[in-house]
Amino acid sequence: MNESPKDNMVDLRRKERWDASFLSTLGRFTALAVVFLFFAILVEGGKFYSPRNLENILRQSAVYATASLGMTMVIIAAGIDLSIGSIIALSLVTVAWILDYHYVAQTADGQSVTVYLVRQYPVLLPWMALLVGIAVGTIAGFVNGVTIVWLRLVPFIVTLGTMGIFRGLAKGLANEKDIYPHEDTWLTQLMDPTLTSQDVHWRMWILPPGVWILIAAAVFAAVLLRYTRLGRYMYAVGSNEETARLCGVPVGRVKVVTYTLAGFFGGLAGLMQFSFIGGIGQPTSAVAYELFVIAAVVIGGGSLMGGQGSILGSVIGALIITILYMGGQQMGWPKWVQEAVIGVIIIAAVVIDRLRQQKVT
Amino acid sequence: MVSPESNQTPKSSPTTIDQPTRLSMEGICKRFGATVALEDVNLEVRSGEVHALVGENGAGKSTLMRILSGATSPDRGSMRLDGRIFAPAHPLDARRHGIAMIYQELSLAPHLSVMENILLGMEPCYGGFIRWSQMRRRAQEALSELGLGDLPLESPVRALPPGLQQMVEIARALVTQAKVVVLDEPTSSLAQDDVAKLFRLVRRLRDRGLSVIYISHFLEEVKEISDRFTVLRDGHSVGTGLTAATPVNQIVQMMVGREVTDLYPRRARVRGEVILEVKTLSGNDKPKDVSLSLHRGEILGIAGLIGSGRTDLLRAIFGLAPVRRGEIRVGAFHGWSEPGKRWRQGVGYVSEDRKREGLAVGLSISANVTLPRLDHLGPLWFVLPKRERHAAEHWIDTLGIKCERPGQPVWTLSGGNQQKVALSRLLYADVDVLILDEPTRGIDVGSKAQIYRLIAQAAEGSPEYGARPKAILMVSSYLPELLGLCDRIGVMCRGQLVACAPVDDWTEHKLMLAATGQNIGIVNQQ
Repeated sequence: MNESPKDNMVDLRRKERWDASFLSTLGRFTALAVVFLFFAILVEGGKFYSPRNLENILRQSAVYATASLGMTMVIIAAGIDLSIGSIIALSLVTVAWILDYHYVAQTADGQSVTVYLVRQYPVLLPWMALLVGIAVGTIAGFVNGVTIVWLRLVPFIVTLGTMGIFRGLAKGLANEKDIYPHEDTWLTQLMDPTLTSQDVHWRMWILPPGVWILIAAAVFAAVLLRYTRLGRYMYAVGSNEETARLCGVPVGRVKVVTYTLAGFFGGLAGLMQFSFIGGIGQPTSAVAYELFVIAAVVIGGGSLMGGQGSILGSVIGALIITILYMGGQQMGWPKWVQEAVIGVIIIAAVVIDRLRQQKVT
Repeated sequence: MVSPESNQTPKSSPTTIDQPTRLSMEGICKRFGATVALEDVNLEVRSGEVHALVGENGAGKSTLMRILSGATSPDRGSMRLDGRIFAPAHPLDARRHGIAMIYQELSLAPHLSVMENILLGMEPCYGGFIRWSQMRRRAQEALSELGLGDLPLESPVRALPPGLQQMVEIARALVTQAKVVVLDEPTSSLAQDDVAKLFRLVRRLRDRGLSVIYISHFLEEVKEISDRFTVLRDGHSVGTGLTAATPVNQIVQMMVGREVTDLYPRRARVRGEVILEVKTLSGNDKPKDVSLSLHRGEILGIAGLIGSGRTDLLRAIFGLAPVRRGEIRVGAFHGWSEPGKRWRQGVGYVSEDRKREGLAVGLSISANVTLPRLDHLGPLWFVLPKRERHAAEHWIDTLGIKCERPGQPVWTLSGGNQQKVALSRLLYADVDVLILDEPTRGIDVGSKAQIYRLIAQAAEGSPEYGARPKAILMVSSYLPELLGLCDRIGVMCRGQLVACAPVDDWTEHKLMLAATGQNIGIVNQQ
């Protein structure tokens, strides 16, 4: 090979970064900006871009975005997880249940007192709740994955089933009532507003801790997808399962790990939702979130045929969904209009994506 | 295969020759991109005859039949049915004109009952409601006419054995008042007595004045059932004649007779140690008791017709298909292994179906090349895109893959370049045994020549492709390629390796005879 074609190739390689991933990301940022400006202009009195509202958008979208990290992986591997909303609820109720754990004890003089574990272990218990909450989500995801792989069932059906099962477990654990933990802990404050807070120390966080968690989790997920063997395997399984098998990819294991990770991020999102709704263990929380989360991934460039999707795209997708939702509310649109608009945006995003791809070819 | 009873029946009624022409296809041309599928093909079928259409895999039979069935339209040429111009716009149109296709893969609705299938799309209705009594009567009539009156009308089709399913499909052809019935490899999935039944049925159709186009690889079947035949070769119609008056040898000659071109690099190769050994290997269905050994520095070709178990043999060796009996030894490893382990043992596989299995066409070239071996592209579990790109670039350069960049999705490449990507995966993983299934299917001549050179170089071993010579096990339907490239060739027929010998003992003619189940006096030589 002589030198000139190679030089040429370097040129093209630079151009590639320019047009392929950069342009699509730029397109998504543009869409985000357009949606935001739309409401910023139309909502009266600049309320939409007030610090308070911006923070609210971030706080709400952090829950969707965190759950969408795992969903992105599942969709890249050509699967779907309809149970994510229920996983969020299950993890959230678990957290509340642990924080609320109490028993009745007899004192020496024969009186019965209620002992709250959280009073005995004010530091340890929130940590335990956090770990167990995430673990429960992870196990739920593992159950999804194992059922899909061992029983060779379609992900849609399995997660449709577990959507009911996990929701049922959450309600059972909470006795079909909201759990109000006896005391607020730092877990409750995870999603509290920071910049608009009265507390100077709290203001130093700049963003709510939950949003920082989201950022860390997103970086972790993006690195996993882009720079690890597991990430490669997810793309390969989703793009062509037969090829993956031929190339020696342990297809079944990859799927189990993918759904388990989705459960892990679902558990994390549950923690955030717990704090976002004010530290209540509400088993009916996060209903229909799976649709928002899937929509976020699809708006972010994920293809339900598998093999495509990006973490940054999904996070932007989650922001777009949240802005539409909250903007619609603040415009005083009736609920049905909000829902219809979100539906239209999802379809439009997919159509635009397809048109863009046809142009590239 | 041939039952004595059917042997005695006259092969063609003397009146066949004088029958009027039912269907004629004249000067049919069809191109797909740069490849010419059909060039000036003529086919003339009379009413009341069984007309055999023969040719090697890829000769253009299926394309011709797709044109007849309206699934695709010819670039040039014309068709006449009963003297009138026939130009079906779509398959349903062709069906309405009386063309009935019966494919290898049955096109029945498995959950519907026998009679529902027979009358599918033409149910007798009264104001939108199905008239079941009439439906039952008409289905029964069609089946009785075929001598299948005892077939249960109500049972779902999937409950029937494959042989009977095919009969149901033929009954459907009868009900639709078909004029021309096309049977595409009808016996490939049938047991022997079902074949005899099918032949009786075909004769019955013929005697009713229908035209039957019968496509088969098995020349003994063609001899038995057909009145006339037409041979296709490389997209041309090369001859037609009376079956009874033409010896099998002459038909084979027509099928394979082409000039041998100088595409094949042939140098003396040094045969090294045995690296892959297979002993009495049997899968669930195919292969059956196959034994072979493959040496380092050797190209072993496997010939055989589609469905003879060639691919099943390769897949069983590579761990993509189950094994019931027998032994596989790769280097120091014994027994069945899954594909992941095979790669680590130094075995790589190129699938015959690039799009469905061979390549993840939505992913980049570099992702496709490096997928079987990611462990040295970064520390721990990491894969560094930069190293991955460098690895891919190396093989893009050495194999001359025409592309803009390693990150380009594979589906944007031409067929030949896609195949090079599939091959470079094995070279990248540095395997010792290359298992290649139809490595040159559907690619242009230029790319074929390049791939031949690559395969030969791999077998010889060159510093460029890793110093040690590799062993190659290769399946191909294209006989000149096997004869030009391989050191030894084995032939498979109905799941068994019926003959294996050095390439000098073979000719295309002999390969074709062995593949169609004739005894040619060559036995297995290791």
